[in-house]
Amino acid sequence: MATHKEILVFTEQNEGIIHPVTYELLGKGRELADKLSGSLSGILLGNHIENAAVELVYYGADRVYVFDNEIFDDFDLLNYKHNIVKLLKDIKPEIFLLGATHWGRSLGARIAAALNTGLTADCTGLDIDQSGNLVQIRPAFSGNVLAYIKTRTRPQTATVRYKVMRSPERDASRKGEIIKKEAELVPSLISIVRKEKLSDVNIAEAEIIVSGGAGLKKAEDFSLLSDLAGLFGATVGSSRLPVDNGWIGREYQVGFSGNTVKPKVYVACGISGSPQHLAGMRESDVIIAINTDPTAPIFRIADYGIVGDLYEVIPRLIQRVKECRA
Amino acid sequence: MKIIVLVKQVPVMSQVKFDVGRGKVDRSSADVEMNPFDLNALEAAVQIKEMVGGSILVISMGPNRAELVLRDALARGADSALLLRDRRFAGADTLATSYTLACAIKQVQDFHLIIAGEKTVDGDTGQVGPELAEHLNIPHVAHVFKLDVSDERLVAVCDMGGLSYTMEADFPVLVTVTKDVNIPRLPAFRDKVKARQMKVEIKGAKELATAADAARFGVRGSPTRVHRVIIPSEENRKGRIFANSVDEAISEILEEIFKPFYQ
Repeated sequence: MATHKEILVFTEQNEGIIHPVTYELLGKGRELADKLSGSLSGILLGNHIENAAVELVYYGADRVYVFDNEIFDDFDLLNYKHNIVKLLKDIKPEIFLLGATHWGRSLGARIAAALNTGLTADCTGLDIDQSGNLVQIRPAFSGNVLAYIKTRTRPQTATVRYKVMRSPERDASRKGEIIKKEAELVPSLISIVRKEKLSDVNIAEAEIIVSGGAGLKKAEDFSLLSDLAGLFGATVGSSRLPVDNGWIGREYQVGFSGNTVKPKVYVACGISGSPQHLAGMRESDVIIAINTDPTAPIFRIADYGIVGDLYEVIPRLIQRVKECRA
Repeated sequence: MKIIVLVKQVPVMSQVKFDVGRGKVDRSSADVEMNPFDLNALEAAVQIKEMVGGSILVISMGPNRAELVLRDALARGADSALLLRDRRFAGADTLATSYTLACAIKQVQDFHLIIAGEKTVDGDTGQVGPELAEHLNIPHVAHVFKLDVSDERLVAVCDMGGLSYTMEADFPVLVTVTKDVNIPRLPAFRDKVKARQMKVEIKGAKELATAADAARFGVRGSPTRVHRVIIPSEENRKGRIFANSVDEAISEILEEIFKPFYQ
């Protein structure tokens, strides 16, 4: 007799706002559940969060386990872990997915160790093989390779990169089960003293990024890039060197040690294209590169490349855009 | 204050070759070094030791060659070093690695703090630190970019993706640190010389656990397995490179790419 296969998706929320990666996980989860002839569930923990549970149903969940308790008002690591582990031991899902956010990866690792189960980090692909196992695809070696990973324990657990999977359409006519669960409290051991916005810049959300690297001669020259960016409502970005020089903040850094971005257009200005930088932006829809060195590795992954000096090319580009608009 | 720092020897990523045609990762020509994030972890430990006093034990799980990173750590301020070396530890995923480290750390009495780098440049999971904390049943804070330690407690500011969280915890606790937490200093030459004379303790599977638990080491204790590795080629990129004609390039780019954004 085959056991019913449940795919469980962790809902990340902060102050009642559900992180959009959750909807992407539900989209992918539905696809996996259908391939396994199984069902899709969400798990939601929070304070005064019950009303948000139905949103998960509208995005495809067949059922949602809700833990509504003051302790989940913010990211209480050990209480989140304890209650999620307890539920997982109870319902024994086939697959458990979390967003590969800072919280998701940290919490996911805790949960996987508690369950002695395998965890694959930062997946950019998920599929079911012929034996019904989850195939987890993820970058490794600073983004130079793609590894295909399988897990022999259950639940097969994975954290999934944001902005890779497709979010389904919201369907308010969908019906699902909301199951209220009683939270079991454990000592928090860590207290949250303060919480602050790091910066207003959220480069991961930008549609167009105009990025500068070693080709820039001084900090002030980022203004050239922001002039171009301003024409399209784009965001400025940076490779590691200008950030290390103190020319621009870390929140603008793109690369293995910085942000991973997937914009519609990425313009790399005076960036050579080291593997560390590529790891952060190689999934961009369109890559435009400007560099004086025709052998720069960035040209190998560019859709459009201009061998030239950014100090000549960018002003020209700005001028032409203004002409087009006039 | 007894501090444990976890370090890993990794290939120098810029020297690793990726053979697209054969789908192979060639590490053989690459040098090895300490995982860059672990340098930050060690520096954080040294700064704490300078402030409140104590000792630093640095631990690595790896082959014989990993002794090099432990000596490097000793030169940079660690007081003692432990290498977990056994062919039975090989092939470990993060669960088996964290379990092995936990077995070793359980043999260390009264530690206060474990510091690890946020992730490694080859594995890039960021999982070993949190999994280890779970095995040891201690709290952890990940992605710490600011660390303050007193005799009583730890205050860590961590990056939660757009939000900074200031956390307070009592000991024992584990933290993983980002590159922003400090700038690692270089070891003095005399410290490198001194480090060469110091003893690196070595423990294998036998020293760590009973036979039953040994099933959780290495490839036996690893529920995840890499089935295939592909090296993505960039064949699906357009590759329109303009070497001599900036204006032509700009015309095409504006037409093909930017038109929807400014019309």
